[in-house]
Amino acid sequence: MSSSTENAPAAGDYIVHHLTHLTNTGHKQTAVIDWTIINVDTLFWSVSMGVLAIIIMVIAARRATSGVPGRLQGAVEMLVEMVETQSKAIVHGDRRFIAPVALTVFVWILFMNALDFLPVDLLPRIAELFGVHYQRIVPTADLNGALGMSLGVLLLCLYYNIKIKGFGGWVHELFTAPFGNHPLLYPVNFVMQMIEFIAKTVSHGMRLFGNMYAGELVFMLIALMGSTATALGFFGHVVAGSIWAIFHILIVVLQAFIFMMLTLVYIGQAHESH
Amino acid sequence: MNLNATLFAQLAVFFVLAWFTMRFVWPPIMKALDERAGKIADGLAAADKAKADLVHAEKKAAEELRHARESAAEFRSGAEKQAAQLLEEARTEAARVVSAAREAAQAEAGVAAQRAKEALREQVALLAVAGAEKILRKEINPLAHAELLSQLKSEL
Repeated sequence: MSSSTENAPAAGDYIVHHLTHLTNTGHKQTAVIDWTIINVDTLFWSVSMGVLAIIIMVIAARRATSGVPGRLQGAVEMLVEMVETQSKAIVHGDRRFIAPVALTVFVWILFMNALDFLPVDLLPRIAELFGVHYQRIVPTADLNGALGMSLGVLLLCLYYNIKIKGFGGWVHELFTAPFGNHPLLYPVNFVMQMIEFIAKTVSHGMRLFGNMYAGELVFMLIALMGSTATALGFFGHVVAGSIWAIFHILIVVLQAFIFMMLTLVYIGQAHESH
Repeated sequence: MNLNATLFAQLAVFFVLAWFTMRFVWPPIMKALDERAGKIADGLAAADKAKADLVHAEKKAAEELRHARESAAEFRSGAEKQAAQLLEEARTEAARVVSAAREAAQAEAGVAAQRAKEALREQVALLAVAGAEKILRKEINPLAHAELLSQLKSEL
């Protein structure tokens, strides 16, 4: 894909190829929604990163002492304290599950996003050696990955709504908030609530997906520059690649943090009555 | 930008990871953090207490020092007074002893003089008698004139 004499369609092919998931069918998904298809690459990398994050945190937790902490313990403790402080400020109620969810979300997404730092061609090329022709390694740059997590947050919101307010209380709130308790306002309120839930969930997932997808795309465009194998292309690749990678450090951490904060905010809203 | 079953797989993974974190990661770390916070709080409290103790001990030491100084001064003045008293007593005693000795010596001297006088008187009487005897051997009978002689002896 990186021969020096590529023309425009070939560059397009390169991008399209890189944006094609490895699916269980082995073919590119054609329909917009097809529940029979599963993205093996997204699943593999997200589970791998999840397991890696968990293993690191479990090691730190196992070794945790109240004495002088080591570097790993100190780092994980900083994360835990940061999450604990945020969750305490945002969610008022039982946080035994919510705070760990926020920590998981932050570390997991951080790790998945960080896969973007690997050269865009490195892992797909290695996979190709083993006969795997499509490989997208950043799970958060897959809408399924990002929306899957935001759907999880939605389910948690519904669960805590019912747990805190009771099913009746929640239904009551669905029809009386935000505009008020009047029969004429019931449908308006309900529609608003539904829009709110959908908008929250979609924007939650889409924000992460959009940022990571765009970041990945920019890395591919930069890689295309290098693939011209000219002095200018090489120079451009090095300079632009460095700048974008450095800038991407911010995006990777920021998006993980934003996702975590929104998770806490949405769950916190489920704890508050209108 | 296609949706497929990956969505639900990711959803499941989300909850598995979250549960795992809640079960195995969060509690030990929070426990360690809380314990350390407790230790630090204890340490700070102990430091505060030690500081308070130090102030207390310093105050007590100063108090003790003052006490000791006071009692030392008291002792010293008491000892001085006692020494003066002892000196006075000794002086009186010495004067008494000296005067008693003088009196005793005087009395002894008186007695000795008396005794010497007596002995002298005795010998003078004897001498007188012997003289008189020699003079009067022929004409005086000592027996007839005993009364006269004893009268003479007492008059010496």
